Amino acid sequence: MSNAVDIAMSRKSTAMYAGRPQVLLERGWLAFRSTNWVPVVTGFVEPVLFLLAFGYGMGNLVGDVTTGSKTIDYTLFIAPGLLANSAMNGAIYDSTWNVFWKLNESKLYKTMLSTPLGPLDIALGEITWALIRGLVYSIGFLTVVTALGLTPSFWAILAIPAASLVAFGFASFGMAITSYFKTYQQMGFINFVLLPMTLFSGSLYPISVYPDWLEKIIMALPLWHGIELVRAFWFGEVNSGVFVHISYFVVMIAIGLFVTSRRLRALFLR
Amino acid sequence: MSNPLISARGLTKKFGDFTAVDAVDFDVAKGESFGLLGPNGAGKSTIMRVLAATSQRTSGTVEILGKDPELFGPLVRAHLGVVPQQDNLDGELTVTENLYIYGRYFGLSKKFISNKIEELLEFAQLEEKRDVKVEALSGGMKRRLTIARGLVSEPDILLLDEPTTGLDPQARHILWDRLFRLKEQGVTLVLTTHFMDEAEQLCDRLVVMDKGSIMAEGSPASLIKQYSSKEVLEVRFGSDRNKEVAPQLATMCERMETLPDRILMYTEDGEKLLEKITHAGMHATTSLVRRSSLEDVFLRLTGRTLIE
Ligand SMILES: Nc1ncnc2c1ncn2[C@@H]1O[C@H](COP(=O)(O)OP(=O)(O)OP(=O)(O)O)[C@@H](O)[C@H]1O
Ligand SMILES: [Mg+2]
Repeated sequence: MSNAVDIAMSRKSTAMYAGRPQVLLERGWLAFRSTNWVPVVTGFVEPVLFLLAFGYGMGNLVGDVTTGSKTIDYTLFIAPGLLANSAMNGAIYDSTWNVFWKLNESKLYKTMLSTPLGPLDIALGEITWALIRGLVYSIGFLTVVTALGLTPSFWAILAIPAASLVAFGFASFGMAITSYFKTYQQMGFINFVLLPMTLFSGSLYPISVYPDWLEKIIMALPLWHGIELVRAFWFGEVNSGVFVHISYFVVMIAIGLFVTSRRLRALFLR
Repeated sequence: MSNPLISARGLTKKFGDFTAVDAVDFDVAKGESFGLLGPNGAGKSTIMRVLAATSQRTSGTVEILGKDPELFGPLVRAHLGVVPQQDNLDGELTVTENLYIYGRYFGLSKKFISNKIEELLEFAQLEEKRDVKVEALSGGMKRRLTIARGLVSEPDILLLDEPTTGLDPQARHILWDRLFRLKEQGVTLVLTTHFMDEAEQLCDRLVVMDKGSIMAEGSPASLIKQYSSKEVLEVRFGSDRNKEVAPQLATMCERMETLPDRILMYTEDGEKLLEKITHAGMHATTSLVRRSSLEDVFLRLTGRTLIE
């Protein structure tokens, strides 16, 4: 019996899972080393630019913002929202366009599925890779914000695990949706949804300014939950609302993983 | 066959209404080298994908080492080295990275793989290209790398779908040699090919397929014996006259095939037949007596010649 077989036996592989999602990260790193760094840097710089443009530009006009019981400086108000945004951007970039490429152009997943890897290994591995990028973006953003003296307290560091949960949710959901898309036009749909969601989800102003119906729609969208979650940890205002946000993302992750691995099987193990 | 390594019964694969593989039965024993022959679209690659546990059959049963590949995909695939008809290398990685990461997909240790890489680079004659991105390789080099990659896990079953297509003669012979040695070590080979010399060289047993069904099965020698005569006389009368003389020639041998450029006459004694033809006053512009080959079996069973 060959080596590979012993390994497969010892892992109790099933039709869906070989217990080896980490090799996807290894592959991601090999490919990333020699990659074009421009999109990576832009993804990181974008929220920083937002912070500078809105915080210092608009901030001078707006002055202070009142949310709930607190009145805070505008730049300080938008920082956690932009952190959530940053986590989302990082996760979405890898889980949509990169996944689309590997599904439809390079057929990488098809090749992987001709080895002992199963669909769940691929889904977990790719989503984790996207999550890591989201995490790196948020750490980068937090560093910039701290350098600018905008972190309210040491506890703002807890916003990082919150941001990873947000990244995980978007990565998982993004990959699930991408697995249904076959053309570049369909992929354009993702940006079509993301841009308004980014603008309206309350990273730049409290959503209480909206009419009731619009507020309800926004509160159903994931980014609002992400922003609120990160903001709660950022300001150390952890209350029961936080559990709602966390549950929202846990459900999102579960659905994304389930759908993605099923789709991979349907696409490549027909 | 007692205890076959691979066994298929009533294996059927449909794409919509179209039946690509139609109730096929076969067994492959451990250490055997088994070939699938057939014209384009016969269903060879479809069968290979079902065996590789990457395609689900429509009906029938398949067992590889006693396991259904649909239920135990990862476990069955751990036994296999797969060389698909279309190269599917990782275009973002270099030659060595491709070998390395593929081994990692099998869960092999870094140390094991790095020793293996040197051996495989030598086999694929790609030592000088080790750090080149695979996009920059020639077609034949990509093919060699795909084959080498399939060996990284030291599989006990090798599935090779037209492995030598696109290889130069030297590379083909290196591969044949390697496959012989693997066979000696007890590796089971399942391969498809359009090269009859390759099938005769490599296969202990083969099936000839057409339109999703198996037309014949046996060793190369037994198929030749069963479906062809001992010798073949190839005669040419010039493309216009071939048709004219055909009816008369047909009465002189057991079986005959009229191809666009030549006529093949199946007989036990080619020289004698040629004399008879000359005696009857027909003068072939060129003539050739040869032994029957798999090519003739293929032509008889599928009505098609092979484009070599
Ligand atoms: N994914 C698919 N969807 C629909 N039809 C398919 C699909 N794959 C194969 N077929 C059809 O099934 C038949 C058998 O195809 P297959 O690739 O198995 O042939 P093959 O014997 O490998 O031929 P070749 O010698 O050209 O490689 C063909 O008619 C092909 O069009
Ligand atoms: Mg084929």
